[in-house]
Order: sequence, then structure tokens, then C-alpha cells
Amino acid sequence: MAEHPVDAGTVQTEGAVEGPAEGRGDGPVEEFAPVLGGSLLGESWRTYRMVAGMWIRSTMTYRASFALTLFSSFTVTFFDFVVILLMFGQVRGLGGFSFPEVAFLYGTTSTSFGLADLTMGSLQRMGRRVRLGSLDTFLLRPVPVLAQVAADQFALRRLGRVLQGLLVLVWGLVLLDVEWTVLKVLLLPVMLVCGALIFSAVMVIGASALFWAQDAAEVTSSFTYGGNTLLQYPPSIFAQDLVRGVVYVVPLAFVNWVPALYILGRPAPAGVPAWTVFASPLVAVVCCVLAGLAWRAGLRSYRSTGS
Amino acid sequence: MLRLYMTVAAGGFRRHATYRMATAAGVFTNTVFGFILSYTYIALWDERPHLGGYDQADALAYVWIGQALLATCALMGGGFQEEVMERIRTGDIAVDLYRPADLQTWWFSDNLGRSAFHLLGRGVVPMTVGAIAFDITLPSRPSTWPAFLLAVALGSIVSFSIWYLVAMSAFWLLDGQGVAQVAWLGGLFFSGMLLPLNVFPGALGEVARVLPWASMLQVPADVYLEKYEGWGLLGAFAFQGCWAVVLLAAGRVAQTLATRKVVVQGG
Repeated sequence: MAEHPVDAGTVQTEGAVEGPAEGRGDGPVEEFAPVLGGSLLGESWRTYRMVAGMWIRSTMTYRASFALTLFSSFTVTFFDFVVILLMFGQVRGLGGFSFPEVAFLYGTTSTSFGLADLTMGSLQRMGRRVRLGSLDTFLLRPVPVLAQVAADQFALRRLGRVLQGLLVLVWGLVLLDVEWTVLKVLLLPVMLVCGALIFSAVMVIGASALFWAQDAAEVTSSFTYGGNTLLQYPPSIFAQDLVRGVVYVVPLAFVNWVPALYILGRPAPAGVPAWTVFASPLVAVVCCVLAGLAWRAGLRSYRSTGS
Repeated sequence: MLRLYMTVAAGGFRRHATYRMATAAGVFTNTVFGFILSYTYIALWDERPHLGGYDQADALAYVWIGQALLATCALMGGGFQEEVMERIRTGDIAVDLYRPADLQTWWFSDNLGRSAFHLLGRGVVPMTVGAIAFDITLPSRPSTWPAFLLAVALGSIVSFSIWYLVAMSAFWLLDGQGVAQVAWLGGLFFSGMLLPLNVFPGALGEVARVLPWASMLQVPADVYLEKYEGWGLLGAFAFQGCWAVVLLAAGRVAQTLATRKVVVQGG
């Protein structure tokens, strides 16, 4: 319970759910009660599910609009891939990698990033709440703040990005000529989940910085969206200093490059030792711990607006 | 009257100049993306030198021009249209229509000020970093610089006129998000932000090069790279100018229709 800056017991939960009227009817209020008991993780999950569910119900009120935005989310991410298709219309290989291999890299990072963006994407808009002071509302509720902020304005349309990534991944897998082993087959889902965790951690760290610099959300974009673009291409085309940077400084290379190159039967980037192929879960855990600490530090320093 | 609009333009400039942190963050992001794209272009042009009539230095210059103009020409939105659409949705637009100033000219001036700030604040630094870090083409003639600036100004005007039409759609649709997203997708694809339009294959390339979005990045970049000579340069300006006039006129018609039949939202 140390997580809450405000004493949970003293707060009335009734009517604390803010948002569209559609969301208020069933569930939320009574679901608050057991929340007070569980572990931090369980609590966060329940809160997240509840707030996200509310936003999904509200989105589904306007089905046509939802279909359109889902389509445009799918299309805009598809454009990334169109670039790669256009490139391969002109060349046979990129940095020594064939089209199926690049499609595999693209599919893995896009799926991971899509999952992270779906669950944590709302965090980048938190700067506005800090500036306006409307974050106060969240602090008053007896549930984890991070879960509330991450689920705020939950946009199901971001599923479009995940679908598009999976589609390209499947396409790449069909075309790929790889000697599959049990280990490689198991590594694939682990890689996708760990990648999503690493991207999520970067998003949380970026959001923590918003407590001090509310307008700096775009810096996070260069690591999240920029990192995603980077990882879509083979590491062989980039300057080796840049590759070392995403291995050792911001460990995005563990989202797909390091494990994916093993699956593709290629040497690891930046000369990292062979065992790191399976280090993605470890990296993901470390990133999440760091993100948790950063978030805590950020939240502690929060001063509401004076106006 | 001119003084009023000049004041509005200066206000637009100053308003965006206030957000120093956001500007710094934007410069950082543009630079990071510039680096990533540069390496992908190097890989592509290594395989196919002279692709689309560019050599590698030209292609790299194109990358950094793209990053410099991203905010200036609102290639991915982020200009004024969200504010106008919000004002239409809430009904605040009625106040704007009462003012003794023309709505389109008002936002035109405001956008010009914003664009000028973004060229200085978000364009110069990434471009300089790119020129230092990579071997990019620099204009061989000093006269290319003013020509480039003119092309950027015209590109920014075309961008404004497209987004103004998008904003006007909110008078009929109230929620202009769908139209804005479609315009955003179109702009992203056809401006040449993803890949230079002269690399687009066949008929797709032919079509993309005559659409208005070409004037926002492709034409300014080609002016910078001195791909136009003599009358060709005037032709390029005429291309941008024609689209600007046509689209501004369309925006004017939309505005007239909207204000004639509009029922203002109240609350």
C-alpha cells in the first residue's frame, strides 16, 4: 500500500469513476472493493481492466467511427511496410538481408511495439494532465496511479498496429527458409512478450520524465517509434556505435535483433556473447524494475498546478 | 488590414516560440529519425546508386530536408486545424465569425507565423547536424538558397490550404477526426516523407508527383538539389503556386457555404 501517496482508506470510491456516461452503469463501483485487498500487481491489473473496459464500451457506442479509426491505424502502420516493399522493388537485399528476413525483423518488432502501444500508449499524453493538474483526480482514487494513467483513454484501435505486425510476421515466417529447432520455436513467443515489456518500460520511463518536463513527450517517441523503425531493419546497415548504443545503453536490441538473429542463424550484433540470445527476459525484468523506480520518483515529485 | 494580419502572423510565431521544451524535444526526435532514415537510405543507395536520379549524397540531403520540413510544412499535421475543428465543434467559431477579420486570412497569417518559427526552431538544427554527420549535397550556387526558401514558403501555403479544407469539413461533420486522419495518411504517403516520390514505381510515381502533396517536400527538395534549371525552376514554382491558388479558392468556397448555412453549436 506504500504505493499510494494518499491514504486509501479515507477516500470515497463511489462515483470516483470519471468518463463517459456509458461506462458508469454496471460493474465499476462494486469492483472497487476487492481491489483494496490484493497485491499491487493484481490491483493494477484489475484497475487497468476496469478503466480500459469502460473506454472500450464508450468507443463501441460509435461503431462506424471505431471501424474507421481501426482501419486508419492499420493503414498508417502498413505504410512503414510499404516503404520496405518499395525498397525491395528496387533491390534484392538490404545490408545482406533478404526480404523474408527483413519481414521477420519487421513483424517481430512491430508486434511487440504494437502490444506496448496498445497497453501503454496513453502514457505519452500524460504531460497534459500534469500541466492542467487533472492528475489529481487519479491520486485521490485508492488504486495504483500508473494503471489508471495507462488505461486512461484506452484506444482499442491501436489493435490495428498489432494485427499488421502479426500479418507481416506470418508472411515472413512462411517465406523464411530456417532450420527450426524446438528452442527457436519457443524463443519466438518469448521474444514477442519480452519486446513488448521492454517497449512498455521505455514508455513508463518516458512518462515519468513528464512530471518534470511536461512538453518533452516527443523525446520518448524517438526511442519508441524511432526504436521500432530502427529494429525493422537489419543491424548490419547501421553504424556500429549506434548498434552498441541500443545493446548497452537503451537495450532495445533485445526486443528482436539479438534473439531474431539467432533464429535466422546469423551472428549476434555488436559482438555480444552468444548466451545473450536468451537474455531478453532478464533485460525485460531489469527494464521494468527501472521503470517502476523512475515512476515512483516522478510521482513523488508531482506538485499539482497552482492555477 | 494588412497590419492586423501581420500582427496575427507575429503572434503565431511567438506562440509557438513559447514552447521551448517542446521545440527542443521535437528537434531531438527529428534528429534521431534523421539518423535512422539516413542509414536505411545509405543501404538502399549502396545497392542501387543513382536510384530515382539521386546519388547517395542527394538522398541523404533529402532525408534531412524531410526532417527539417516535417513541422514547417505540417507534413504530419500538428498545425492549426485541430484548434479550428475544436472551435467549430464547440461553437466558439461563432465568435471568430463575428470578428472584423476574415477567417481564412486570419488562420493563413497565424499558420505563416507558425511555419516560420518551425523552420528556424525545428528546421535549422537537424539540417546542420545532418550536414555535419553525413556527406550530404549542399547547393553549389548561392542563389539556390533563396529559391529553396521560396519553394518552402509555397509548400507551407499548399499545406495550409489542404488542412484548411479539412478543418472546414467539421462544419458539416462536426467530428472531423475521420477526415483529418485520411488527410494525414494521404499527406504522409504522397508528400514523399516515406520515400522520395521519384523512387515510387511506374504509374504510382507519375500520379504522386502531380498531386498537391508533392509541393510540400518533393519540390522544395528538388529545388535544393538543383534538379530544376532555368525555366524548369519557374515551372516548379508555378506547379506549387497553381495548387495553392486552387486549394485556397476551394477553401474560400467551403467557408462561404459553411457560414451561409451553418447552425452554430451551442451548449
